[in-house]
Amino acid sequence: MDFTLNEDQLAFQQTARAFARNEFAPHAARWDRECIFPKDVIAKAGALGFCGLYIPESAGGLGLTRLDAAVVFEELAAGCTSTTAYLTIHNMATWMIATWGAPDLVRQWCPTLAQGTKLAWYCLTEPGAGSDAASLRTSARRDGRNYIVDGAKAFISGAGATDVLVLMARTGDAGANGISAFLVPAELPGISYGKNEHKMGWNSQPTRVVNFDNVRVPADYRLGEEGDGFKIAMQGLDGGRVNIGACSIGTAQAAINAAQAHMLERRQFGKKLAEFQALQFKFADMLTELVAARLMIRLAASKLDAAAHNATAFSAMAKRFATDAGFRICVEAQQIFGGYGYLKDHPLERFVRDARVHQILEGTNEIMRVIIAREALKDGALDDLQ
Amino acid sequence: MKILVAVKRVVDFNVKVRVKSDNSGVETANLKMSMNPFDEIAVEEAIKLKEAGSATEIVAVSMGPAVCQETLRSAMAMGADRAILVQTEVELQPLAVAKLLHAILKKENPQLVILGKQAIDDDSNQTGQMLAALANLPQGTFASKVKLSGDGVEVTREIDGGLETVALKLPAIITTDLRLNTPRYVTLPNIMKAKKKPLETMTPESLGVDVKPRLKTLKVQEPPKRKPGAKVADVKELVAKLRSEAKVI
Repeated sequence: MDFTLNEDQLAFQQTARAFARNEFAPHAARWDRECIFPKDVIAKAGALGFCGLYIPESAGGLGLTRLDAAVVFEELAAGCTSTTAYLTIHNMATWMIATWGAPDLVRQWCPTLAQGTKLAWYCLTEPGAGSDAASLRTSARRDGRNYIVDGAKAFISGAGATDVLVLMARTGDAGANGISAFLVPAELPGISYGKNEHKMGWNSQPTRVVNFDNVRVPADYRLGEEGDGFKIAMQGLDGGRVNIGACSIGTAQAAINAAQAHMLERRQFGKKLAEFQALQFKFADMLTELVAARLMIRLAASKLDAAAHNATAFSAMAKRFATDAGFRICVEAQQIFGGYGYLKDHPLERFVRDARVHQILEGTNEIMRVIIAREALKDGALDDLQ
Repeated sequence: MKILVAVKRVVDFNVKVRVKSDNSGVETANLKMSMNPFDEIAVEEAIKLKEAGSATEIVAVSMGPAVCQETLRSAMAMGADRAILVQTEVELQPLAVAKLLHAILKKENPQLVILGKQAIDDDSNQTGQMLAALANLPQGTFASKVKLSGDGVEVTREIDGGLETVALKLPAIITTDLRLNTPRYVTLPNIMKAKKKPLETMTPESLGVDVKPRLKTLKVQEPPKRKPGAKVADVKELVAKLRSEAKVI
């Protein structure tokens, strides 16, 4: 077992770090304050390959591993958590299209999506179906060569500002098996958007309700078979959870970097903050948790790469741990900054606000525990999950 | 037209360097290393010339231990076509680097050699000039603009008094200043492609060059700590201090 990154991963990491430092970090505060979705910078990110990381090469992506992607997302998130989180959603939605779309559909959409010249979003959650995603009610009724979609989706990242969406809608009976997945071009008649939600964080990407009113989607835009939708959604989310965990550790790393610099600089009672044992212990715990979280994210990513049968459980554990640890580390770093950490002149309060949502979305951390427990309480599971 | 670019592996510009406790040099163990920023500008300029159709091949050269391969891979990921590493564990001083480059020049016969004006570790600012002297070629140092014209090149140089433009006959040596261009990001696909590009390894011995250090470093020390400033209450006090303490007016 070797815990070091390989030569490629180191090079990807270096590029991502330079890009995040130059293109994200200097603007992140303004994007947050003015709720700017930086499509121009996302296009630049696409030109470097960040919009098609684990999309197969046959679909125009880079064909990298989930582990490679986790390393990249972590670095990018250290520059702007919110924009990177959007990039992870875009990668996930594009991967779904590349994996389950018909060949013509993949040819038509994936190369531009993987290059970031077109952008994607993902529609699962509904106003009445959050954690209980399988209860979703948006319907897709077959009508000859089309499906007719009616309903509404909520908390949709990038909605109204992007080109194509991956939609989960009900084509059959109640429950998980009655759900199908579709690619839906955003320009189709009958799609309308609610207001841009006022959020605590993640302000560099718009979040809206999306309404579907008699939207005609060609039948060959369906991803997978009828009834495959929930399975597709869950497989996508396994990766999405690792990605969002990577965004948490990247943000936490940025917070720790800032905290260390502050501890070595700031003096009170005649000595540096770094000389106070109370803060030394706090700092030691922050770094320890960060390293643990990073290892869990990379382990889960490796499980996904190996298509391990227990990848879902490992992804859920990694997401739960990394997003909790990431938030805690950001709060502690803010605490070390004292009053300055509460000012918007410093990035700490933004780190806290941005990292907070990672405990809530891609399945709340309570749902992660449901998933973990469901797997862990199976007969023989404890050997399997060692 | 073939262009040769020289790239050096140095301590990353974001790292705060520390002097070794025995004052023999700076601490380099476990530090993040990357390509000398002025050399990145050199590689970028070569790529631009190739993209413009003026150059056909870019050869990146580095010297030092085997890990310098990483720096050459970066150059190839940016767009260099192939690379040469002169592998040695000996500390290389500017004269030795210039001699090695001269030896490679004789093998490769490039029309243009582009180097960073200096490396951010030792700040020597000598290699390009020494190479020009050894090879008896014209030099345009501190370039902020490079324009090929016919069998020559016009180089706009940043000098103390402003800008100076010189016309050189090819082959020529150019060293880059900060404002020549902004190096591109390496794209992820190009990182992967760079692995398949050829990297040739040579040694000072195989090139017949004596690289023995000619200069001896006596002592390396931190620059003196800056004294903290003082606040003045008003213009009157400022003027008084400028007159009596700083003695500048």
